[in-house]
Amino acid sequence: MSDPMNTCPIQLTATGQLRHFLTTEGLPRDLLTEILDTADSFVDMSEQQVKKVPLLRGKTVVNLFFEASTRTLSTFELAAKRLSADVLNLNISTSSTKKGETLKDTLMTLRAMHSDMFVVRHSDSGAAHFIASQVTPDVAVINAGDGRHAHPTQAMLDMLTIRRHKGDFEPLKVAIVGDILHSRVARSQIHALRTLGAAEIRVIAPLTLLPRNIESLGVRVFTDMAQGLRDVDVVMMLRLQKERMDSALLPSESEFYKLYGLTTDKLAFAHPEAIVMHPGPINRGVEIESAVADGPRSVILDQVTNGIAVRMAVMSMAMSGQLADKNAKPDADNLNA
Amino acid sequence: MNILIQGGRVIDPAQQLDQVCDLYISGEQILAIGEQPEGFEVDETIDATGKVVCPGFIDLCAHVREPGYTQKGSIAKESAAAAAGGITTLITPPTTKPVVDTPAVAELIQDRAAEQGLARVLPMGALTRGLEGEQLAPMHALAGSGCIAFTNARLPMASTLVLLRALEYAATHDLLVIFQAQDASLGLHGCMHEGATSTRLGLNGIPEAAETIEVSRCLMLVEQTGVRAHFGQLSCERSVRLIEAAKERGLRVSADVSIQNLLLTDEQVNGFDADYHLMPPLRGQLDRAGLRQGLVTDTLQAICSDHQPHEAIAKQAPFAATEPGMSNLETLLPLCLQLVDEQLLALPQLIEKLTLGPARILGLDDGTLEIGTQADICIFDPQEQWTLEPEQMRSGGHNTPFAGRTFKGRVHTTLLGGQIVYRT
Repeated sequence: MSDPMNTCPIQLTATGQLRHFLTTEGLPRDLLTEILDTADSFVDMSEQQVKKVPLLRGKTVVNLFFEASTRTLSTFELAAKRLSADVLNLNISTSSTKKGETLKDTLMTLRAMHSDMFVVRHSDSGAAHFIASQVTPDVAVINAGDGRHAHPTQAMLDMLTIRRHKGDFEPLKVAIVGDILHSRVARSQIHALRTLGAAEIRVIAPLTLLPRNIESLGVRVFTDMAQGLRDVDVVMMLRLQKERMDSALLPSESEFYKLYGLTTDKLAFAHPEAIVMHPGPINRGVEIESAVADGPRSVILDQVTNGIAVRMAVMSMAMSGQLADKNAKPDADNLNA
Repeated sequence: MNILIQGGRVIDPAQQLDQVCDLYISGEQILAIGEQPEGFEVDETIDATGKVVCPGFIDLCAHVREPGYTQKGSIAKESAAAAAGGITTLITPPTTKPVVDTPAVAELIQDRAAEQGLARVLPMGALTRGLEGEQLAPMHALAGSGCIAFTNARLPMASTLVLLRALEYAATHDLLVIFQAQDASLGLHGCMHEGATSTRLGLNGIPEAAETIEVSRCLMLVEQTGVRAHFGQLSCERSVRLIEAAKERGLRVSADVSIQNLLLTDEQVNGFDADYHLMPPLRGQLDRAGLRQGLVTDTLQAICSDHQPHEAIAKQAPFAATEPGMSNLETLLPLCLQLVDEQLLALPQLIEKLTLGPARILGLDDGTLEIGTQADICIFDPQEQWTLEPEQMRSGGHNTPFAGRTFKGRVHTTLLGGQIVYRT
């Protein structure tokens, strides 16, 4: 039996190099640190006149989005272009795959076009794992969000933002606030924070927005903001989807805002130097007050900048892992035939 | 045709028989055990030395997929798989296309099975028309056409009132009702047990309460109507306790469990392996322990395969988008023998759960080797090791989480009504 905590051995090569990036869970601390260090160097580079490096020259990156997203798609596209890759954006609505072509058919077609990397977003948890299982060893897969399961590049850009502001993770108390139940971001953040050694991870939400046994992930559960935010160094807000009111999870946006919205008053419970984060897009007046989102403690725009650097880091690392793996097993195609 | 099964360890829980002896079969029936009857001329001798000879297994839940879903399985393939698994009677749910809500469909299934002659296939009839939960299906006519029991499978009833009336009508004709209990709203969109693993994987969970609430509701109405009732494929420890309490109150209820729920837990889903996408879902360790306990105390009188064959593509998608179930007829026996290896059950007890137990639940006279009964017999080697290769499976569905697994215990010969329908 494999290590139950390491749900994703598929994302590493035999020598422990990153070859797919599907989840932050089960990755060793060194590797997460390497992603952050590499991303740091790309942040510095993006401040220069020439923003391009040739790390992915001649490689084809396909942004395979089965779920609409403008922001994530653009940052991945920009990251790939800064690495000098050729980029193809495919928005495949789930309805068109239901017309007969299965996801598997789509993947086989794209693989036959000799793509080198898929950046995948899909509404089903586990979709990125499934896709990786189908295209290994020809294509590297980067998970840009699968259902409620994982959004590892978002989590790593959050980690980079925290590190650039706070330095070491070990003394930090971090609170994640809002719709934990539906959030792939929260799950990826929790795994990354644990691996990087954060002192305490808290989740704050009403019970309707907390998944069963969430404490098994190594978090402390709070349903009250005053208690949950006490002395925390980092406040990570989550986006609340409007549909949640329709499915009897919450009575109203205004009641949610009153109890869990991050206002100046509630932020006062946190450590005086606490930073405020949000994966965007922000619902002002639903989960966060404008004065907080735009205020001095907010690092929300840094997150966007760091997002491109982290995606460049992950793409270049996965591509070199995938090449190393492919070269190490030149007969892999024949063996699979 | 006269057959002598020689030198096997004959186990028949109905007669409390467990000894090495010979078995004599004449035509379709068991003629004698032990001494050779006078004038018996042996046409064929089966050497069962070192093997177990027991009644053919009766599987309380096996989808044969015909009519309507022959890309997944067929009566020909599933009955061949059953024969290879030592199973001589398959009870198949009404979730075919069209559903088993007319005598014509019920008869078609039995006719096709009879043509193949490899296993008895007894359909369960639909409790409501089209399994839509609104109007009663013609249960009396269906029973006349061979439906052994009635169920609405996992499909919801429109209201508790319809459920009550369906049970009253079944009770009128003393028909057996089988519940596959799952509350429709609590189970909605769920694809695995709700717990730590579903939370980590971000998969929609099916809470334990989805089963226990429905078991409770059904038990209340069983008590009120006095209908003969059976609960199929329980997955939760608390459901076992509910059944236990109902039996203590004197209700005529029985229950079974699938072997997969006795062996595996929800942690198997780690890594999103769609072969572990099952319905009912694999649950937690406490549930597994509770189910095992229920087996020992006889609250659960039968073990079934819950055979759900699928075509390959049905499992090739992200986890939640795959279809639930595993192909299990050919692995039922070796999986069950693990319970003996783990000393949960003695071998005769296990055989009872696969033969006499289900026969009694259904009100059948089968599941025994008593003289004069039809010669449905399984001969297996409890020690022989073999490796499961999916491409060798006879079932239309090769969807198994046990590909490449080495099992202990292998069926050697299967007889159906005195005919050899399988031998290695």
